[in-house]
Formats: sequence, structure tokens, C-alpha cells
Amino acid sequence: MTGATAMEPLLEVRRLTVALPEGSDRPFAVERISFAITANEILCVVGESGSGKSVIGHAIMGLLPKPDLRIAAGAILLRQQNVVAMSEAKQRALRGHRVGMIFQEPMTALNPLMRIGAQIEEVLEIHTDMDRAQRRKLVLEMIRSVGLPNPEEIRRSYPFRLSGGQRQRVMIAMALALKPDLLIADEPTTALDVMTQKQILDLIKTIQRERHMAVMFITHDFGVVAEIADRVAVMREGHIVEIGGADDILNQPQHPYTRQLIASLPGHGAPRPPFLGQGEPLLVAENIRKSFPLASRFMGKVRRLVVADDINLTIHPGETVGLVGSSGSGKSTLARTVVGLLKPDGGRLLFKGTDLLRLNRRAFKPFRRDVQMVFQDPYASLNPRHRVGDIIAQGPIAFGENPATALAHAKELLELVGLPAVAASRYPHEFSGGQRQRISIARALAVKPALLIADEPVSALDASVQSQVLRLLDDIRHRLNLAMLFITHDLRIAAEICDTVGVMQHGRIVEYGPADKVLSQPSEPYTRSLLEALPGRNWRIPREFATADAAVNP
Amino acid sequence: MRGYMIFVGHRLFKAVFVLAAVVVLNFMLIHAAPGDPATVMAGEAGAADPLFIAQLRHQFGIDQSLPRQLLIYLGHISHGDLGFSYRQQRPVWDLLAARLPATILLTFSAFLLALLGGVLFGTLAAINVGRLTDTAVTVLALLSYATPIFWIGLMLVLLFSVDLGWLPAFGYESVGSGFSGLTRVADIGRHMILPVTTLGLFYMAVYARLTRASILEVITLDFVKTARAKGQKEWKIVWRHVLRNALLPVITMAGIQAGQLVGGSILVETVFAWPGLGRMTFDAVLQRDYQVLLGVFFVTSVLVIGFNILTDILYSIVDPRVDIG
Amino acid sequence: MPTDFIRAFQRNRGAVFGVVVLGLMLLLAIFADLLFPTSPWDMTAAPFTPPFDASAWLGTDTLGRDIASGIAHGARVSLLVGVVATAVAVTVGVLLGAIAGYHGGRIDSAIVHFTELFQTIPNFVLVVVTVAIFTPSLFSIVGAIALVSWPPLARLVRGEFLSLREREFVQAAITSGQSTTTIILRQILPNSLSPIIVSASLMVATSILLESSLSFLGLGDPNAMTWGFMIGSARTVLRQAWWMSFFPGVAILLTVLALNLIGEGLNDAFNPRLRRGRRT
Repeated sequence: MTGATAMEPLLEVRRLTVALPEGSDRPFAVERISFAITANEILCVVGESGSGKSVIGHAIMGLLPKPDLRIAAGAILLRQQNVVAMSEAKQRALRGHRVGMIFQEPMTALNPLMRIGAQIEEVLEIHTDMDRAQRRKLVLEMIRSVGLPNPEEIRRSYPFRLSGGQRQRVMIAMALALKPDLLIADEPTTALDVMTQKQILDLIKTIQRERHMAVMFITHDFGVVAEIADRVAVMREGHIVEIGGADDILNQPQHPYTRQLIASLPGHGAPRPPFLGQGEPLLVAENIRKSFPLASRFMGKVRRLVVADDINLTIHPGETVGLVGSSGSGKSTLARTVVGLLKPDGGRLLFKGTDLLRLNRRAFKPFRRDVQMVFQDPYASLNPRHRVGDIIAQGPIAFGENPATALAHAKELLELVGLPAVAASRYPHEFSGGQRQRISIARALAVKPALLIADEPVSALDASVQSQVLRLLDDIRHRLNLAMLFITHDLRIAAEICDTVGVMQHGRIVEYGPADKVLSQPSEPYTRSLLEALPGRNWRIPREFATADAAVNP
Repeated sequence: MRGYMIFVGHRLFKAVFVLAAVVVLNFMLIHAAPGDPATVMAGEAGAADPLFIAQLRHQFGIDQSLPRQLLIYLGHISHGDLGFSYRQQRPVWDLLAARLPATILLTFSAFLLALLGGVLFGTLAAINVGRLTDTAVTVLALLSYATPIFWIGLMLVLLFSVDLGWLPAFGYESVGSGFSGLTRVADIGRHMILPVTTLGLFYMAVYARLTRASILEVITLDFVKTARAKGQKEWKIVWRHVLRNALLPVITMAGIQAGQLVGGSILVETVFAWPGLGRMTFDAVLQRDYQVLLGVFFVTSVLVIGFNILTDILYSIVDPRVDIG
Repeated sequence: MPTDFIRAFQRNRGAVFGVVVLGLMLLLAIFADLLFPTSPWDMTAAPFTPPFDASAWLGTDTLGRDIASGIAHGARVSLLVGVVATAVAVTVGVLLGAIAGYHGGRIDSAIVHFTELFQTIPNFVLVVVTVAIFTPSLFSIVGAIALVSWPPLARLVRGEFLSLREREFVQAAITSGQSTTTIILRQILPNSLSPIIVSASLMVATSILLESSLSFLGLGDPNAMTWGFMIGSARTVLRQAWWMSFFPGVAILLTVLALNLIGEGLNDAFNPRLRRGRRT
């Protein structure tokens, strides 16, 4: 679906340049950007973090954080009128009225101390003369139109009663209450789980079609682009490197950067060979149960939140088992149980026949070597005050290795994960996210584990870096014949790297089996709905660029 | 309404435990002090009277085991018997009850002044961040925060009473003037100005800086950006969105500092000869009248608990997420 | 990293001012005997001598004692009491806070209730009562001040430990087999030092205020000429002799202000607005 031709552009951005404060990595957030959006089309602006895509949205709305960022040059024409040249009062008249914007984090985007209805009403109070009764009526209509049940109840609620998806719907209602010509959506689904994401994407698509609105949708996810875009603009470090119809960009990208980005998307590689080696299982989890008490009221009954309910799992040497589920499904809890950070309420955890849960602290300690973990947040998983070499050597030293040998060994591991040996004397803050994950992997490998647990190790990384770290994990797994338990919420990543997949929902494993079967012919309805919710699943990622991704500094 | 009742009831229940702990603490102090507990409780004046000491010994069961003594002590307190002041020849409770209203008036007014004034100045500073108003408020706050309360009191007396003669230097009201009704209230009011300002200034500085920091932080939060995206005017954003959220830590801090505020009244009352508990404390210290001191400790703890309940209620009014009852 | 910190600290003019003033006070305290060889309790000039006089730069008090000498000798007491009381309070606070924050559960609950108790009772009253009952001496004063100063620090340390314990690098240290002691000492403590240091410097300021308030009420060490005592003994002659109350008060003000500015300078230098490379 391409936008109509021969139409006056609704929004035209001409050579926009936004300056960054002194001391930043580069002088401009975006430099001489030009593009246009016509009415009745969705333009997706896609790029990695730091590309400046979010800055464009904020600049159009006049929401650049002063004094750090400012428009240094260029024009933003909304219906032929230059917004940049307007007075603040005139700009304010447009915000919320002719242009609406929704943001990335629904959990913090609403005033926690103000009722939902009042917050939606605010936009009506600012721009219209409606009286209270009319406003209330419109508010209820808007809440209904974004698919929220019980509008009256929602209207009177405070934000803390709503989930992330519901809050995002409220944001949409607020942004669209006055039927603006243009909606700017700044990564609105990035913080939502995949099924909620689908609902929100569908909602935006529906509204756009009904109202013939223009939408500028900012995202880092090519799947989302494939799902909703009419046109696509690809950004890199403050410049638009390619812009065109969705079909062209997705299937015949011209610019090498676009090709590289598409090539690094998970789920496009050759299908994995089926997992053969069976034999004695390395780790068997039986009937694992764990629940947490919820905040108890004084003299009230204590409710419990079940995070793991009768979990059974088997991992063989050399096998990669994936656990897939949305947040709250219990997958992280399970991971922490296996690695010994959490004690479950019941069940058995057999490692090569020994039940780890029956051991006391001292007896358990030697088993710690066998199971190690790589964590999700690269910025929190390394002690900022220790040097990298020390971080890696700490594990072996705790198990009695000589410090000098441990450090030498650490340097070898750094090279194994693709970093230079001199990195050992540097501090974590000198490295990027992808590099820090490599260091985390090196640390986990230092004690020579048999099983590596990776808890969403690439979720916090950019797409191009993700594929590199995934490949590193796969490579290491092969070389050292490690078993791996891979936790993720992203089915596409699970497809890329796992032999066996377990799908979790509300603390239970609802489906478990070989990856290619579970992910292509699932038997459970939940798994099926997860697959159907994947954005852009109908888009066949062009494989021609599989070899095209040159090494990029992560 | 019912929710509030339950809440206050709950807090009072907890308060009993706190007060019990205070009493135990008092008890431990009496016994840890050098000398015979009976001598301690008799005070410097009473220690000279052997009959009085013997009577105390018997009353508090000094010759019995420690746990029993504690029980006896607790029993006394729960009946309102806080001891007897030999020097003043009156039960401690009577002395305290007579002085309590003046202290409540002083501390409550100072509390209000500190909170309202602090929030006002802090908001002014935050709105004008980086400009003259902000610098002025910040510097004044820094100075007020570093100055001992008793010294500020003296300097204010020097300036406003001695040099300028505008305000009375000490006392609760003009002695022997025979005012009544509204004139009396006005007179007390005039006498209140310096003491309340002195006590409140220190905490006003704290709340002003906290408000300023809080506003500056809240203004960077996402929901403020949302409000701007709706086209809302900046001052309305501060009033409707920022202020309420920014007040929460200030109210919390006010609750935490209530104890220090009440304690500071001792110094202010001494400087201004304000006829409250603090003044009595000063005298009791001079006279080594320990029963009175411990009684003051107990009563001021009750006062602090009262302030804490107040701030909790205030907090729950501002923040609907807090579940009362 | 230390040079970045020093540079950040230097940029804060208030903090530099604080360091200079505190330095001067320290020098005054250290060299008090050299500058004012006679005891501050001795009469050196006529009583009620106004300031800026040849015999006494800052004037004399009701008994002819040199005020400048009193201030110099008083600096010793104030700074000593402030530092020692803080040291004790920090030790107790860090210990209790660390135990509560790391172990959680019932130990934590108990410590939290204990801490809350101390924060509900009026601190100054407790200090007055304690010093009065144990008779005033440097020992009892330091003890009493430490007694009421440790709770906020314990709360702070507990908060830090609670949040750091869940931080992923600490979890990683647990999985790599490090012992509890190692984890507390090598992983958690170094990362919680900065708020503790900031708190400690602010606490010295508060301790000095407490000490001077005690002396003002007559509960100071009877052998020590302190700033609070000087103000207290001049209270009744305020009208005639403003200087007796004024100068010691200024000394307190400057010292406490300096410590506050240093504390805040440290705070700002410890927490620069770092770009942490989150996704934009």
C-alpha cells in the first residue's frame, strides 16, 4: 500500500539540523534531514539507538529538551506553515490539536496522581470551548474507541490500576481526541510484550485507515516496519540513508547499511540441523514450584503470586534449550532457580543425578562451577569499580585458582570472545553494550561450566550487535560443547539459536519440543497466538544479504 | 471517612509500642546513670531529703528485681503518674500539662511556616532556576541551614527588639496588661512572631531546598513531556502536574524531621522565655530535676507521633495510591 | 578516575570555599595554643571590652576573657566532638544497615523497627536527657550525639545494600562462588561508599550544631571553653554586649556552612550526569 501521489505533503521537513550539547559524540543529533509525509500514509522511521530518529519526532512537536538540544537550521512545514518560525504560543496551539504524539514508556507517561479522565480531558480544556458535560462525553467515547472496556471505570481510575498496554491505549486516546492530522508515535510498542504490541499496532492501523491520518512511526524493529509501513526512512547517526516505499526498502534495499541491518535480523539464516546427541541428560528439573507472597495487609490474608508452577525440563550436553514467554511468565525465575540464586518451594533439580536442592551451602558450592549465567543488562552486570580482567578472574580465584594464572586465563578468554587482551586492564564504562556482554560471557566461561544460562542476553542490544553476540554464543557452544538454557521473549531469536523450545505462560510450560516443530507447527493455542502476534511474520526476509554484514563496531 | 478512622486507629496502636519503648528507654537511662536510681529520680534538690528518697525507694520498688521495677514503672506511667518534682513540689504530669499548650502552639505554627514557606520559596527558586531569585533563595537557605537555632534567635532579638524595637523580646504575652479577647490574641501573636520564625527558619531552609530539587527532578519526568505534548502552558504544567508529585518527598521529610522540630523548641523557648515544655526542660537541666526531664521526653514523643500521623494523612491526601485502611 | 573526581569537585565554587574555610578552622584549632598561649578561662583584659580593641580583637566577655581565644580553643572541641561522634555513628550505622540490607527477612525487619523508633523520638530531647543524666563530659556528649546520629545512616546504608544486592553484578558474584564477606566488602561496599562519605561530612556539621546547642544550655563539658557556652553565658547581656554572642555564632555558622558545602560538593562530584548509552 503506497501513499497516494500528487498530493500536497501534510508534513515537510527541510534540511533540519538539531545540535547536540558540547562534548557529545557528534555535533548534531540529526543533520540536514529532509523528507515529507502525505495525509493517509504511515511513514516508519527506522534506525538503531543513537540514530536520531526520536529527535525528529520531538523536534516536530517542539519538545526538544532545552537547553541541551536545539534546532540549529532547517524548516518544519506543517500544512505549508513553518513550525520552527512560530512563536511558542502558536506552537502550543498545534500540539495535541493538529499533531499528536505518543511515547515509548507507557508506565511513566501518565501523571500518577491524576485520574485518567482528567488527563484526557485536559487536552479538550486547552484547545476547545466545550463544557464539562460535552468533555466528559467525548472522553468516554475516546476511551471506548481505543478498545478499553468499562470506560466509566477507567475514566475515574488512577494510572496505577492500568497495565502497560492499557496505558498506551489511553495515551492514544489522548493524542487523537481532537482528531489531529498527524500522529507521531515514538517507539510506542517497544516496552510492551509481543501480544500487546500486536493489539496496539492493529489499533493504530485501524484508526489511521478510518481517519485517513498521517502517521510517523518511529521504531528500531524491522518486523514492525513490515507490519504497518507504507513508506520507510532508514536512519543512521543523524542522516537518512535511504527512503522509499516499504516494499522496495524491505525487499530490495539499496544502501549497504540497510542491507546490513536486514541481514542481521534473526530468523533468516539457514534452518538449524536437528539436535542429535542425546544420552545422559545434564540437568533435569522436576516439578519446580515457586510463589511469592504479595504485600500483605495488616491482619489480612496473604495472597501469593505463583511464578513457577510444576515445571519440568531436561537439558542434554551440547543442547540449547530455549524458554520463551512474555514478562511475568516465570522464565527468569526459573533461570535463577537453576543457577542457584533462588530456592524454589518444591521440586527436584538433578544435575548429573545429584539433587542440587537437597544440598546445604557448602555442599552446593562446587556445583556452582557447572552452571553459570549471562545476564540481561550489560550496564548492570559488571561491577563499575573493578577492572575487566579482575571481574573475569574473580570466579576462578574464589574456587582456589592462583590469581596470576587466573588473570592470564582471563586474557585468553577475552580473545576467545573477540576482545583484545589489553581490555583486561580497562574499566567497564569504557566499553559498549555489546562488548560488555562479551565480557559477561567471558566471565561465565572462566570457571569452565557445563551449562550456560543466558537470561535475555541480547534484549538490551541493537539489532546489528544482537546477531554478533548470538553468533558468538553459538560458536562458543560448539567449541566447548556447552549446554545452554536460553531465555528470551523474542520467538525469532529462539528460532535462530535453540534446538529445543519451551513456551511459558503464567508460570507453566505449555508446550515443549524441538524448535522447528514448536515454532512452525505448534499444537498449543497460546503458542499459535504468540506466533501470530509476531510483527511482519508474513515478510520473507531476503536472504541474499546473509554474507553482506561486515563487522561493525558493536 | 471510615478508612481514615481505621488508619488513625492503626497508627495509634503502633504509637503505643513506640511509647512503651520510650518508657523502657527512660527506665534504662535511670538505671544506667551514675548513682542510685532513687537519687536520680529525686533530682538534685530531693536528694538532700532522706525522707523523700526513702519514699521513692519504696514507691518504685528499688530493692526488687529489675524486671519487676520495670513493670512497676510501666504501671505508674500508664496511670498518668510521671513522678513528682521535689523542686516544684508538684506532680510532673501537672507541670507538663500546664506547659504543653504553649509548646504545641509554637511547634505547630513553626511546622506550618516551615512547610508553607519552604514550598513557596523552593517553587520560586525552581521556576527561576539559574537566575537571581534562585541564587538568592539557595544562598539564604544554605545560610539558614548552617546557623544554630539559638543564635539566630538571639540575633533576631538583637535586630528586631533591641535595635528596632518592633517586636517583644520574650514571653508569651505582655505581662500585667490584662488584654482579653481579640486584643489578647493579637498580643500573643506579636509575641509569637520571633520564636516561630526562629524555629521555622531552619526547617524552611530544608524544605525549600528539597522542594527545589524535587521540582527540578519531576520536571524531567515523562508525564510532564506528555502534558507539553498536549499543548499545555508551562505554568499550568507546574501547578497541575509537577507540584503535587514534587511535594511527596517534602511531606515525607517533614514527617521524619518532626522529631527534630519538637526538640528544637527547647532552644527557642530558652532564648525567648517562651513558657512551654522546652523552657521547663532548661530549668530542669539547671536544677538536675531528672523526673521532669524524663517526663518531657515522654510527652514530646507523644507530640512527635501526633505530627507523624498528621504528615501521613497529608501524604495520603496528595497521593491517592496510598492505601489508607 | 580520581583525577576526574577532583576536577569535578574543584569546579564547584561553593565546595572550594568550604574547603578553604574548614582548612582555616582546622589551622585555628591546631595552633590555638600558639596563637593564644594563655588559657581561654583566664582574664586577659577588662570585662565588657568591645571588639576591635587593641587588647582583644574580638572583645572580652563578662569576666574579661578574650573572645578570640575562646573561639580558637572552642574550635578544637567542636571539631573533635563532631568528627569522633560521626565516626562512631557511621560505624554503627554501616554495620546495622549492611546487615539489614544484605540479609533481609526478619533481621532486617527488626533493625528497621529499631531504627524507626529512634527516628520517632525527639532526638535533641534524648541527647539533653542522656547528657544530663550521665553528667556532662566530652565522653557523654560524644556518646549522646552518636546515639541519635546513627539511624539516618543505617537507613541509607540499608537502602544501598538492598538495591545493590539485586544488582546483576552482585548476582553474578554469587554465582561465581564468592563468599558473603567477599561480596559485601569487594562488590557492594565500594559502590555504596559515595553516599556514605557525603552523609558523613554532613553529619559532622549536624554534630557540631548539636554540641553547640548542648553547651548553650549549659550541658557542655565544664572544662571546655566552647562556642555554645560562650553564646549561652552572654545571653543575659545581649543588649549591652552584642559581640559576645555574635562572634562565636559566626564561628559556628562558618564551620557548619563549610562542611555542608563540602558535603554537597562531594555529592555532585560523585554523581556526574553520565551518559549511560541507553537506547534512544
